Amino acid sequence: MAREGAVGAGVTEMPPRYSEFQRFCSVFFSRSLVLIGLIITVAAVILALFAPILAPYDPNKQNLSQRLLQPSREHLLGTDALGRDTLSRIIYGSRASLMVSAGALFVATFVGVLLGLIAGYFGGIAYMFIMRFIDALMAFPTILLALVIAGLLGGGLTNIVLALGIGLISSFARLMCAQVLSVKENDYVLAGRAMGASDLRMMFMHILPNSFPPLIVQVSLWVGFAILSEAGLSFLGVGIQPPTAAWGAMINDGYKYLLTNPALSFAPGVAIMLVVFGFNMIGDGLRDALDPRLRGRL
Amino acid sequence: MSGFIVHRLIQTVFVLILVSLIVFVVMRFLPGDPILLYLSEDQVRNFTPQQIAEVRAQFGLDKPVMVQYVDWMRGLFRGDFGISMSYRIPVWEEISRRLPITFYLGSIAFVVSILLGIPMGLIAAVRRGKWSDTVATLLANLGITLPVFWLGILMIYLFGLYLRWLPTFGYTSPFENFWLSTRQAIMPVICLTIFATASSARQTRSAMLEVIQQDYIRTAWAKGLKERVIILRHALKNSLIPVVTLKGISLRNIFGGSVLVETVFNVPGMGRLAVDAMMSRDYAIVQGVILIIAVVVCLANLIVDISYSWLDPRIRYG
Repeated sequence: MAREGAVGAGVTEMPPRYSEFQRFCSVFFSRSLVLIGLIITVAAVILALFAPILAPYDPNKQNLSQRLLQPSREHLLGTDALGRDTLSRIIYGSRASLMVSAGALFVATFVGVLLGLIAGYFGGIAYMFIMRFIDALMAFPTILLALVIAGLLGGGLTNIVLALGIGLISSFARLMCAQVLSVKENDYVLAGRAMGASDLRMMFMHILPNSFPPLIVQVSLWVGFAILSEAGLSFLGVGIQPPTAAWGAMINDGYKYLLTNPALSFAPGVAIMLVVFGFNMIGDGLRDALDPRLRGRL
Repeated sequence: MSGFIVHRLIQTVFVLILVSLIVFVVMRFLPGDPILLYLSEDQVRNFTPQQIAEVRAQFGLDKPVMVQYVDWMRGLFRGDFGISMSYRIPVWEEISRRLPITFYLGSIAFVVSILLGIPMGLIAAVRRGKWSDTVATLLANLGITLPVFWLGILMIYLFGLYLRWLPTFGYTSPFENFWLSTRQAIMPVICLTIFATASSARQTRSAMLEVIQQDYIRTAWAKGLKERVIILRHALKNSLIPVVTLKGISLRNIFGGSVLVETVFNVPGMGRLAVDAMMSRDYAIVQGVILIIAVVVCLANLIVDISYSWLDPRIRYG
């Protein structure tokens, strides 16, 4: 019933020959919010990639004679305390935001998947130690752990990515472990073992690929959180180091001029919201399309 | 039931040991000398190598790492968290002054997220496709999109500076001046709770939608039970299981949020302390704060898990 709902009305006359990909698309694109999210996300990625072409001004060029200008036709969102164009800095800020969150998610997924795979596959003492370690890691709020690690390591792109990545590991390890435990019960795992496949082969050639769909959903649902955390860190002053533009730091800088130039703080926040919203919607769409329990129902 | 609780207690003790190990390793093996836990950077610069060696010996930093860990743990049990460089008082004194503040605001935020988030998700699921579902879902999606520190700034601008309804910053104990304290707490609590409320609403909605399709719900309808009974007793109780799991995580996020929210509203709590200490490189404080927050989160999770076993008998007897 769930499948019929997804592929439409013509099902009753002829058995459908829809591929998984078609089914995925029909669910994924059926909700307008997901489509809007996709457009926003693609726009943000294009902005980040082509920032030098799209930005009207050099984001770091100071012009003290033009400081704290109100929004106007030359400067659509005004200028900051150093006379830098706010719109250009927001466009460039998308780079910091996307790079840090993508990097952090990569680190977290890589380590988390490895830990979860080992814990779930071997079970026993490995399971106990790894999962209790993950429990312990879970006790630290992501942003606090990232704040401390980034503070100790010092700023810079790599360190922020590492710090935030470590803060996010626990969720992925948990999911992966649960996933492995359920995939392991399948007959093809038993068959593979009977044919003498090695542990490594079983783990990486059979169990890992079969655990992918929920993992992709999980990653996509965490992108928004990663972007928010990156913004929070840079708001606190431990993100990408100035003068490189970062949205969180821009909000913090603009805070001082809240009464006279509210756009300085408001505009980067709107940028964060839009991008997070875009990724969240894609995450929801992926979940609806890939989750076997929801297959096409939503 | 008691077997489950005992098992869970032992597990928590084990996790707490690992928590302390993580804090110990992070603070000692990352770049920077562990001597900075006991001396400020200026002192280290001005001391002669011999003086530094003396300090090392005094605090046991010349001993093997395992011995250092055991010594450190012994100190913790005596309430010895070291001395703060910037406040010149024992770390525990500063923390015990600030923990209740974060705890007070955080627990209100936590309770609000339950009292508001779960009914929101419930209504959205029951009235699926109606306007109340649209509004609730939209609000929930907005709630997980907002950067909390930015929301804080927006509210300060609107309610504090523009409308002048609420004080823009600070914290007063509710025992001192209840009215002022409540007025000051409103905006920080909204910021702390918004992500947790929105995510419980989302989770409740999707869990309810899933449960409503189960056979036993159809049976309950067929038996002619009232809608209220079906929704509240049969559907909601089963939908709450994934939501309660999430509440454990949202506790951790509320503490994480307090780092940002307390900075925006200038609330002298644990989160603010962590940021200030990190900026002034007061590592003894940093170490104490992350340790205490992690321990609090662990213990809170223990409580959550025990309540979980009340909801889901499979865990109690399994």
